[in-house]
Amino acid sequence: MGLSPRPEPNFTELSGDEPWITTKLDAFVNWGRKNSLWPMPFGTACCAIEFMAAAASKYDIARFGMERQAFSPRQADLLICAGRVPFKLAPVLRRIWQQMPQPKWCISMGACASTGGMFDNYAVVQGIDSIIPVDVYVPGCPPRPEGLLYGIMMLQRKVGNERMSDKSLRNEMEPDPSSQLYIPPSVIDEISEPFGNSVHQTRSGL
Amino acid sequence: MSSDSTSFSPVIAGSALGSNAAAPATPKNVAHRGGALNPTVDAIRAQFAGAVLRADVVWGETTVVVDRARVHDVIRWLHDDPSQAYNYLSDVTAVEFRDLEQPIEVVWHLRSLPYRRFIRLKVLIEKGTPMDVPSVWDIYKGADWLERECYDMFGITFRGHPDLRRLLMWEQYKEGYPLRKDFPLRGRFSRSEQLRQALAANPEARYSKEELSIADAFEDLPADMRRRLDTGERTGE
Repeated sequence: MGLSPRPEPNFTELSGDEPWITTKLDAFVNWGRKNSLWPMPFGTACCAIEFMAAAASKYDIARFGMERQAFSPRQADLLICAGRVPFKLAPVLRRIWQQMPQPKWCISMGACASTGGMFDNYAVVQGIDSIIPVDVYVPGCPPRPEGLLYGIMMLQRKVGNERMSDKSLRNEMEPDPSSQLYIPPSVIDEISEPFGNSVHQTRSGL
Repeated sequence: MSSDSTSFSPVIAGSALGSNAAAPATPKNVAHRGGALNPTVDAIRAQFAGAVLRADVVWGETTVVVDRARVHDVIRWLHDDPSQAYNYLSDVTAVEFRDLEQPIEVVWHLRSLPYRRFIRLKVLIEKGTPMDVPSVWDIYKGADWLERECYDMFGITFRGHPDLRRLLMWEQYKEGYPLRKDFPLRGRFSRSEQLRQALAANPEARYSKEELSIADAFEDLPADMRRRLDTGERTGE
C-alpha cells in the first residue's frame, strides 16, 4: 500500500478542439436539479395506485429523471403526497417533510390531498397545505398518470426558474406570534365560520 | 374444543355434525323475516331461564336480545359448552338509532365452526343508564381490539378489558365518540383547533411500552433504554 504521486494539474493544455460551454450557474444547477428529482411517494389511498402506474413501464416517470424512488425522506427531494391524510397522520407527514433535506419540493396529488375532497368530516385534514408547503396541486379523483406527469413537468419548470441567490426560497418559517402577519387561531375560526366548520351541523339532522 | 393450549389442533368446520350431515350450501330464497330459529336459542332458554328477552330471524340469521346482567355468562357458556362450541367471535360493535328514545345496542357476532351456526347477541343499553357492558376478552382474546374500537367510536366501556384505550383516533383525542348520533360530522372543534391538536400529538406516543413486545424483553434491554422507557421520554405523554 502506498500513495500514488499526485498528478500535476495541467489546466492550460486545452487544445482549441475541446468542447466547452458558458452558462449561468443558476441555469446549470437548476438543469441538474430538475432532471434528477428523487421522489418520495407518500401514498395513503387510491392515488397511490395511479402513482404506481405512473412509475411503471407504460408511463415511466424515469423518463423525467425519477428512476430512483426514495422510500426514505432523507434521500428524497420531492414529496408526492398521494391520497387522503387523516388527522392522526398529520404529525407523521409533517415530520417526514422536516426530515427531507433542502432543496425539497412537494406535489399534492389528487383531490383529497389538496382539499380533503369528499371527506369533509371529523377525521381528514382539509388539504395538506395546512401542514406542509405545496408546490404543485394535481387535481383529479384520482388523477390519471398523465395528470401526475403534467404536474411533474410543471414542477420541473418551476425548479428551472428558481434562483440560487434567493435564499428566501429555502426558508421555512414557523408561525411567529410576534409577527404582523400572524393571525391567531381564534380569528381564523371566525373568518372561516360560514365556509369552514360549523359545530351546529350534524349528520343526523337532530 | 381442546383446552390444551400448547398443542395445535386444526379447526374443521362442521366436524361436530357427523359424516352424514348435508354438505353446506348457500341458502336460497331467504325470507326477510321469519324462518327457522337457530336451535341454540332454545338451549340458552333452557340453560338461562329468563335471560332471553327477544329472539327473531332476519335474513335467515338469528338475533337474540339478552339480559344485560347475564350476557357474559351466556357467552361464556356458548363458548365452553361442547354442544354449542361457539369458538369464533366475528365482531363486537354497537348500534345507535336516530330515535333518541331507542336504546343503544351492543352486538356480538358469534360463529360456531364445528356446528356451522351463527348467532347474533344483543344487549340493550337504555338512554341515561351507564354505558358499560362486560368485556368478553377473558373468553375470546380476539375481542381486544374489537372492544377498543367500539369504545373509541361509541364510548361504551367494557368492564374487565385489560387495556381499554382508543384504537382508531389518537389517544389524546378530546372531541368525543365519532359514531354517536349527537356527534357533528365535522367534529366538535373548528378545523384550525383540530389541526393544532393533531399536530401537537407525538407520532410515537402510541408506541407505549405496554403495546410493544419490548415489554417482554424489558429486563434485557440496555440500562439507558430502560430508563427512557420508564420515564416515558419516547411516549410524549
